[in-house]
Formats: sequence, C-alpha cells, structure tokens
Amino acid sequence: MAHPFAITLDVGSSLANRTGSWRNVRPDYVHRLPPCNDACPAGEDIQGWLAEAEAGDYEAAWRSLTRNNPLPAIMGRVCYHPCEGACNRARIDATVGINSVERFLGDLALEKGWRFAPPAQESGKRVLVIGAGPSGLSAAYHLRRLGHAVTIREAGPMVGGMMRFGIPKYRLPREVIDGEVARIAAMGVEIVCDAKVDNIAGAMKEGGFDAAFLAVGAHIARRAYIPAGGAAKVLDAVSVLRSMEGEEKPLLGRRVVVYGGGNTAIDVARTAKRLGAEEALIVYRRTRDHMPAHDFEVEEALEEGVMMKWLSTIKNVEAGSITVEKMVLDETGFPQPTGEFETLEADSVVLALGQDVDLSLLDGVPGLRIEDGVVRVGPDMMTGAPGIFAGGDMVPSERTVTVAVGHGKQAARHIDAWLRGEIWAPPPRNEIATFDKLNTWYYGEAPATVRPVLDLVRRTSSFDEVVKGLDETNAVFEARRCLSCGNCFECDNCYGVCPDNAVKKLGPGKGFAFDYEYCKGCGVCAQECPCGAIAMVPEEL
Amino acid sequence: MADTIDVAATDETSQKLRYYQKGTFTVGNRLVDAAARTVQASEERSNALTSGHRACQGCGEALGARYALDTAMRATGGRLIAVNATGCLEVFTTPYPETSWQLPWMHSLFGNAAAVATGVAAALRVKGKSDVRVIAQGGDGGTTDIGFQCLSGMFERNDDVLYICYDNEGYMNTGVQRSSATPPAARTATTPAVGEEPGNVFGTGKFVPRIAVAHRIPYVATATVADLHDLERKVTKAMAIRGARYLQIDVPCPLGWGAASHDTIRLARLAVETGFYPIFEAEHGRVTGVRKIRDPRPVADYLRPQKRFAHLFRAGHEDPRVARLQAMCDANIEEYGLVDDETTG
Amino acid sequence: MLKQIEGSKAMAEGIAACRPQVICAYPITPQTHIVEGLGELVKDGHLQGCEYINVESEFAALSVAIGASAAGVRAYTATASQGLLFMMEAVYNAAGLGLPIVMTLGNRAIGAPINIWNDHSDAMSVRDAGWLQLFAETNQEAVDLHIQAFRIAEELSMPVMVNVDGFILTHAVERVDIPSQADVDAYLPPFEPMQVLDPDEPASIGAMVGPEAFMEVKFLAHYKQTQALRLITKNAGEFRARFGRDSGGLIRSYRTQDAETIVIAMGSVCGTIKDTIDEMREEGFPIGLVTIVSYRPFPSAALRNALAGAKDVVVVEKAISVGMGGPLAIDVDEALRNLPHAPQLHSVVAGLGGRPILKASLHRIFREAVVQPWEGTQFLDLNVRVVGREIHRSAKTRRSGPTAEALLRHLAAEERDGTEKGRH
Repeated sequence: MAHPFAITLDVGSSLANRTGSWRNVRPDYVHRLPPCNDACPAGEDIQGWLAEAEAGDYEAAWRSLTRNNPLPAIMGRVCYHPCEGACNRARIDATVGINSVERFLGDLALEKGWRFAPPAQESGKRVLVIGAGPSGLSAAYHLRRLGHAVTIREAGPMVGGMMRFGIPKYRLPREVIDGEVARIAAMGVEIVCDAKVDNIAGAMKEGGFDAAFLAVGAHIARRAYIPAGGAAKVLDAVSVLRSMEGEEKPLLGRRVVVYGGGNTAIDVARTAKRLGAEEALIVYRRTRDHMPAHDFEVEEALEEGVMMKWLSTIKNVEAGSITVEKMVLDETGFPQPTGEFETLEADSVVLALGQDVDLSLLDGVPGLRIEDGVVRVGPDMMTGAPGIFAGGDMVPSERTVTVAVGHGKQAARHIDAWLRGEIWAPPPRNEIATFDKLNTWYYGEAPATVRPVLDLVRRTSSFDEVVKGLDETNAVFEARRCLSCGNCFECDNCYGVCPDNAVKKLGPGKGFAFDYEYCKGCGVCAQECPCGAIAMVPEEL
Repeated sequence: MADTIDVAATDETSQKLRYYQKGTFTVGNRLVDAAARTVQASEERSNALTSGHRACQGCGEALGARYALDTAMRATGGRLIAVNATGCLEVFTTPYPETSWQLPWMHSLFGNAAAVATGVAAALRVKGKSDVRVIAQGGDGGTTDIGFQCLSGMFERNDDVLYICYDNEGYMNTGVQRSSATPPAARTATTPAVGEEPGNVFGTGKFVPRIAVAHRIPYVATATVADLHDLERKVTKAMAIRGARYLQIDVPCPLGWGAASHDTIRLARLAVETGFYPIFEAEHGRVTGVRKIRDPRPVADYLRPQKRFAHLFRAGHEDPRVARLQAMCDANIEEYGLVDDETTG
Repeated sequence: MLKQIEGSKAMAEGIAACRPQVICAYPITPQTHIVEGLGELVKDGHLQGCEYINVESEFAALSVAIGASAAGVRAYTATASQGLLFMMEAVYNAAGLGLPIVMTLGNRAIGAPINIWNDHSDAMSVRDAGWLQLFAETNQEAVDLHIQAFRIAEELSMPVMVNVDGFILTHAVERVDIPSQADVDAYLPPFEPMQVLDPDEPASIGAMVGPEAFMEVKFLAHYKQTQALRLITKNAGEFRARFGRDSGGLIRSYRTQDAETIVIAMGSVCGTIKDTIDEMREEGFPIGLVTIVSYRPFPSAALRNALAGAKDVVVVEKAISVGMGGPLAIDVDEALRNLPHAPQLHSVVAGLGGRPILKASLHRIFREAVVQPWEGTQFLDLNVRVVGREIHRSAKTRRSGPTAEALLRHLAAEERDGTEKGRH
C-alpha cells in the first residue's frame, strides 16, 4: 500500500521517539526486607518460603526454610513467632499464620522423609559443639553444611536440651524432636550423649578440634531463699520438667503451687494439671500485665483450669501449706510488701524463678568474660578466648528456642570464617518494607466461603487441623495471605500499569526490567506495586 | 432498581481467583493458568498503543486506551479497526512522522468518530468481512459535547460499533477547558477558581452513560483504569455483542486535574470508592449490574490530592460545596446500590 | 436506454449503475429525490451489495462516507446549501485524506435568508477545499458526470463533487439516455483504494502534520488537481468512445470560432445562453459561449486558448462573493491576466436565490457589455427601486431591523401601489 505523504503513517514509527529522555526520576526494582524476616531471630527468609508454599512447592519451601533453620516442625510448635507480631498483614485484617505454615512444612517434611544433603566438600576442619539443644544443633547443622566435621557432646542422656527437658510434650511431641535431630545427624554430624565436658580446653585438644561452640544452656534453677519446714516439698521447675522425660513422673500432689511468672511457670502448672493435680496455682509477685509469660500461654493455662494468684510472694513453706504475703505495686511498678499474709493449701511448691548457666566447663579458660552469670561474646559470637564461640541461653540473650537457633547459625558463619582466617561480615540489611510502602488495595479480603476456617486458623491452638488429614486450603491459604512485603511476586502490575509500555516481562521466575528508553518516570508502577518492590530514584542529570 | 450482582462472584473462574488472594485484583497471577489472567498480563498482548507516544507522564487515557484495545484485539483475534476523534489521544499518538498505534486506525474530525465508525462498519459488512469489528473512541469533549449528535445517531441506528469514551472530565488537549463532563466545583481554564463560585458550577453537566442507557442499546458500561479485571471483562463482553455499545472509562489526567503523575490509578480508585463515579452495566435500557464499593471513603479523600479542587480546602477550611459533592456521591451510592448493607471483608 | 424521467431519478439510476457500496442519506431540498431514488433501488434489490444508511445530519452523512471510503468501499452521498455547510469540516477532511467519495450537490442558495431555490453559492463556498467540482449543463450530463466522477475520483484518490442546478435539473422531466450496466461496468472498474483500513496491513490514517510538512502536503494536493486536468479530458474522451456522446471534459465551446464577445458560464443557464447567442448571431452579433464543466481544477490554460481571439468576455454566474464580486469572474480574470491582448472582462451576477434568468435580459446585458460597459459587478434585473428605498430606510434609523424582511415589505408595497416593478 502506497501511503499518502504525511497523512498516513506506518506502524512502529513512534518507537523512534525515545521518551525516556523526559524523566527526572527513574523506577528501580528493589528488594526490601520484609518485617517478618527482620523480626525472625533465626534469620529465616520467611517471605521467600511462604512464596514457595503458596504455589504448592512444599518441598522447595521447606528447603528454603531450612537453609536458615533446620528445625521447622519444632519451631512451628514452640516459637513465639515475633514474625507474626511484625507482620504487615495484621494492619489489613489479621497477621499471616506464619508459625502454622512453618509447622505444616516441618511436619510434611517429617512425613515425607525429606533429607538434608550432605556437604559437597569436606573442609578438613573439626568443630566441637557442646550441648545438643537448639543452639548447638543449629550450629552443628550450619557448620556441617559448610563442610566441617562436627561432633556434638551432650551432657544429658538425650538430645534436645530445653526443648525436651523444659517444654512439655503437649506442646512439643518428642517424636518431632527426634525426627528433626536425626535428620541433622544423618548429614554426618556426630552426636554423643551422656558426654559432659568439664574442661573445654582439654576436650578440644584431646579431640583435635579446631574450634568450639558452647551451647550448654541455662539448666540450673535459680533459687530464692524461702524458709521451708523439714517436710515441705519444694522443687524447682527445671528438674520437675526434666523428670517428666524419665520413667517416673514427679509426684506433685493434689495441690501444686508454682512460684514465678515466666513461661516455665506456666509449663509446670499445665504439666501439674496433666499429672492429675486438682489444683495448680501460679503465685506471682506482680500482675498479669507484668508476667513475662506470653499471653497466649496464660490464656491456654487459664482455659485448662490453672489458677493465678497475683501480687503475692511466698514467705514460707510448710508441709501441706504455704504462707503468702500480699504485695502492692508502687508508682514505679515495683511490688512492695503490704504486711498482709494468707495461708494456702499446697502439697508441693515448684520454684520457677529463672535459670542460671553451669559455667564450670569454662574454668581456666583465659580471656573469657563472665557477667551476670552469662558469658560475654562479641558480635561474632566468639568469647574472649579465640576459637571458642558460645550462644543460646548461656550468652546474654532473650531466652527462646528461636533466638538460640539464630545464635547457632550466626556462630557457624563466624566459625567458618575464623577457620579460614577470614572475617565474616554480614551483608548490609535492605530497607525494611514498612506498611506505608505497600499498596494494600490489591490484597483481597478473605472470601466468605473460607472465613469459618480462617477464624479457626486465627486461634493458634487449633492448627492441629493441619496435622490431621491436611486440608490444603488451610496452610496454603495462609501462605497466600502473605503480602510478599518488599519482594516482587510477579503480579504483573508494573507490566500492566505503565502507560508507556515501558516494562519488559522477562519470563516466569525472572521478573521484569524497565525499558529506560521509553520510561517517562511517572511513578505509577511504584505506586501500584502491591508489595513495595519498586523505588523511584532521582535521575542523575 | 434492577437486581445488583456482585460481579466478582458470578463465574467459577472468579471464584477460584478470589481464593488466590494476591492475584484477585492484580494485573497478573503467577498461580493461575495464563488463560485465566488478564490480557495485560500476557507477553502476547497486542500493545495496540505502544511506546514512544507523547502523552504526559502518568496519562490515564494512554493506559485506558491500551487496556481497552488490547482486550478487544484478543476478543476479535486481532480483527479490529479503531476510529479516533480529535483530542489528546489522537494528538499524542500520531504526530507526523510517528504513530504509536499498531492496529488499523483512523482519525477524521472532532465530532464525527461515531459516524465514521458507522461507515467503516457498513463497508466491512458490504465486503463480507463482518469478522472485522469497529471501535470508535474519543475523549469526553469529543463524545459528550461536540460528538454527541453523531453518537446519538449511531445509537439510534444500532450500528455495530463499540464507542469508548475516555473521560478525563475536560478538554485537556486544548489546555484544560470545561466540558459537560467536568464535575461541579472543578477548576478548569474556563471555570477558573475565582469569584463567588470558584470552579465549575453546580446544576450543569451531562452523564452520557445514562443517556446511552436511555437509547436502549444492547450494552452500556462504565469502568475505570483502576480496575483492570472489570474493564477487560466489560470490553470482552461488549465485543461479543453486535449492535451499538457504549463504554465510558474514567481516566484521570494528572496535568488537567493537578495531580501527581503517579496518582493516576489511585485517583481512579478513589473516584469509585467515594461513589463519585458509579460503575455499572446496562443492557437494552436497564441497569443489570454494579461494581460494589470495596472500601467506602469520604469524597474529600478523592478531592484533596487534586489541585483542581484545591480552592475547596483553602486555609484549612472545607468549603461547603464539599458537602454538596458528598451528597452527590451519596446519591450515586443509593441510586446504584454501590455499598452492601453488611460490611464486606 | 432512453427514458422520459425526472432528473433526480435519472441520476439515481446512473449512480446505481456505478455500484456504490455505501450510500448515506440525509434529506435536503433539492437533492432529496436522488437519495430517495437510490434508497428504493437498494431496497427493492436493483442495487445489490450496497448499504443504505439514514443518517441524522449531513455532517454524519459525509462522515459515514469517509469511514466507508477509508475502509475500502465506493461511497456516495448528496446534499445542498445548508447541508453542505453543516458538513463543511468533513468536506475539507475528505479532501485532505484523499478519499475518493462522490457527492452530488443540488445547487441551492445559502441563507440567511433561507431560500430553497437554485444558485451556485453552495458550490462556491467549498471551492477551496480540494474537491474536484464538475458542473452539469443538462440532465444527461448530470447522469454522465457521476459515472465519470467515480472513475476520476478513484484514479486520483480525491473526492469529486457533481453540481446539478437545484429544481432546474433535479426536478425537470426530460429525455435521458440511462447507460446500461454493462457499459458502466466496462468503463468503471471496481474500486482499488490507495490506502485502506485493513487488519492485515495496519496503518494510521489521519496523522497530525505540523509546520515541517504541511506545506508539502498542500502542494501535493494542489499538484494532484493539475494532474486532474489531464485526467478529466482523458476520461471524457473514453466516455465518448464508450457511450457515444460528449459529456464532461474541462470546457465546451459554442460558436466561439469568430466570436468577438464570448460569454462564460456554468451549469444549466448555458442552455438559455445558447438560445440567446443563436438569436444574436442571427442579428450578426459575433458572440459565442464557453461552458466551464470543470470548475475545480480551474481550466486556465484551456480557457486562455478558447478566449484567445475575444475582445470582450462576459462572465455570467449565479454566485456572489460578498464584498468582492463574482467568484467565477475573479477566477476567469486570473486566467486571463497575463495574456498579451487580454479581453475586457465584464462580470454579471444573475439568478441568485432562483431568480429566473430571462433571454431578454441576457440580450440586453450582452449588448451593454460591449457598448456601455460597467465597472465591477452587475446584478442582472435588480429591483433598483426596492433596493434604493431600503438603503435610504436603513440609513435613517439605527435599529433598522432585518434587511430581508424589509425588502419583502417594499416589494409588497410596490405591488399594492401598482407601480411597475423597476427593472434596470
């Protein structure tokens, strides 16, 4: 067709007009740190494995997860999920049930028998890990992945540390612990039980270890001076819970008083109930608001019939009864004695006043600094003694399983670098994907048909459904509620909303690229990116 | 009031998509088959309007035109001809020697797009090429004012043309003058924000979609660039019908509205969520469906980001006309049933 | 086939034989019978493969034709006067886009004041638009010009306007030879567009052209019209060969060989003029006529040849360019300007608004042009008394009211007075 001059134009001729020259700001694809990732003490890439789980790639999700944390089935039961507390979704309807999905993946892995791959190469270095609790197991796992020969020496008869001996079975079934630990051992980690180490320097030299990671935890029950009559039955929570693992269950009697306000106190009280106590009473010197125990645990305990006595301290214990003094909070919130006393019936008193670390193995090790009963470590998790690292409850930390797991991973990285004569510098953290960076209109409301299930899901106690005859709608639904904060999930919005057709789609899994020849810098893409994965930056002029 | 249908729940695909959460409203969704995604999500989309055009940054009309035409191209297997009225869309896409249209396209005059399209459709019928379909398109100026006669004629004859009006509420190409689609109180160059009643006056204006409904043509719908799924569904539905059809798309104009270029879609969304722009469908003279408001918002949320309404918020006071605009929105909400009695979500 | 037939109907049959594919119709006196005739031919199946569309205005009519033509079919419409003005934008648009639309103009005066009778003011109002403008002298030529028009339009890719005097040609019943379908098919091949809206070969038609190329576009349009001069002559020749008669072409000369006075005119008035010339020739007056058939492109060269020996040229036309003079006279003047011995030009404006042009008046004015020439434009048979009275009246009072109504009152007053109507 011969086109009349100027009146009729050929297709494609506008491409000669490079409108990219118009802009003074430019869009860039960025990765922002999801608040869940940021909050996770174990440094999991939660958003990453949720993205795989939502697509139904469960094994891939599990492998992504375990790249950072080898114990998801345990985490899914005992972690206090600070991720959920930080989750941006909470500001739309409710937080994503991350913990529930982690449990689902962990249990699925156990069911399917998914294994960890052994390392591709051996480094030739040997690392000694002391303590088969969460911190030690995590360190051993990560060190093994990096190719080092690892031996765990556990003082107790079984692996698990506080997971087995501090957390009751109804929260953490023992098969779960055994399953997840076995998987680590199967990588080639040597685990020796009943092998307490008294002298770290000697143990290292004897075993030819190039470095050591100490994770002995805090197993020594803190005691308080409470006058007690001869026949009074006063126990400590640590040993009570530990003895639950043995053949003989502790005899606590019909009326059990637990002294303390932390999670351990709750665990003991609920354990007492399960052992048949008619009455389990927690005595705490302040009020519920001040209790260190997590609120949901208090709730569950109350649901189970545990009773609470606030603002009380135990003055003395006799056989069959205790005397408590009423306290009142002063202006600073500190409890003050009132001089009013009360007698309560009690067959036993269990003290849950905190735990201390058994530091004896560190005797004679030069360079260590011990403060407030814990070992000081640098940001590289190394103690004052070169080559001796420590983590978990024995170093200053928030004492949770997840934090301990995080320490193990951190320490492993630093140990690995130290063994090579290098320093491991953590990569700079990306900007956090805060709520204001999201465009939440795109995240749909939970449809009414699935709402009843969602209500169930929101009650964290009820994810037993996931274990029993899994209904995919639960775990996958939860995973799909993730907003993917700060990380592109290939929703095609940028590709679709550009008025200038200046976004190129690179293919599934490959994301997008801006066509800067034509991008005018309008910013619609950044505005309409649901998850805040695009930033507008000024052009250099 | 006709039965209202929450259109997102009508068919099975939509139902499944709702379960998919993130993909329900986004352009694409990696978790569903390509066939169930929008046209815009596809790498095969026609890009009927491609890069290199001279629209302002963030132009809603450029976006709306590509959305609508790509959908129509898919619906017709690429057998489509477009006739364009004079206006922004025509000017920024075909300045000699560059055209950014990739489909057969014609521009005649300001007021005759509907009539020219009628001629094209007749020619195609005569040539036995009825598989080739015709879209006429123009801005609100070229549709509701100067193009109204030809539009009404095309409707009355039930010519087989889909007319798409890109409504940015003013004559933008000539420098932001008032059209009969300009909302009350809005500042334009011919309704300046001065004097006793700054901006456009109340009691004027024309809502052509209802006039189209009154013509009893087979299909009428309104849509916005903020809801791509809805827009594509409507274009696809329209292309399956023979006869006169009308689609009016709300397309914010950053320049004319005095808004940030990145706010284009956000403003269209707010126009819907405040009830300012009712989204509905009608067939043969009766309203058959509406798009419910997901998250109702007060009209001030829509007005504030636009400088064309800035005079309503001077010195921290809210002009009483904001309340009148709110009443207008409330009337829309009631008339079309845009908000469910029970809260959603 | 010979028929005693109304001009409009004859044209309808001739146009139908050209196989138009889209016809848009909007009624306006005096062309309405043409489109009505075509409508019947479509509806009763005589004209097949054609869509007949009743549009809502002339603007829509030409717009529909534009769309149809751009989509690659033969398109036709008709209008007059006010309707032409209403579609004025589209008239320029069709020419600018180079679409080969054929349109009949049933020449009619333009208001205000509203007037439904014949003159050429409507054709004159679009002479700059870029359409070819052909003027028919008889009903036969009216039919024939349409057939030629389609062919010229499609070869050139330009729209063509066929002008037929309203009422005089459109409504007169005469003997016309309607060409056969076979002959028309042989003369007029199927339409092959220079550009077309086609999904298989997409293009953008109707770009915005800025200062850098607009002059070139206009030059090319102007140039095309000069090519049209050759094409019109060629087509008329082929028409004669096929149909056996002279129709169309650029100009026609009548008794000009030894004429000292040559009259120039367009359209049906040429018939009256020829009668007058015959009578004057009887009296020994050396006078002849050049009929201009193609007004646009303007046949300057052909005219110069035809007028070479004349001493006086009298232009008789049915239009006035208010404030300037007779447009045809101005155009003729331009053509003659640089001749070494240019004849004297005398401009006569006659028949405005359908005023009958009488032979007696022509006799008088042709003689006057030679013997007592005038300056500027001469209005034939002007009622000087009425005009004088009106000029006087409106000079006296500021708020003098509408002129037209006042003139009518003067005329009525004259009749009442029984005074003979003042004739010049």
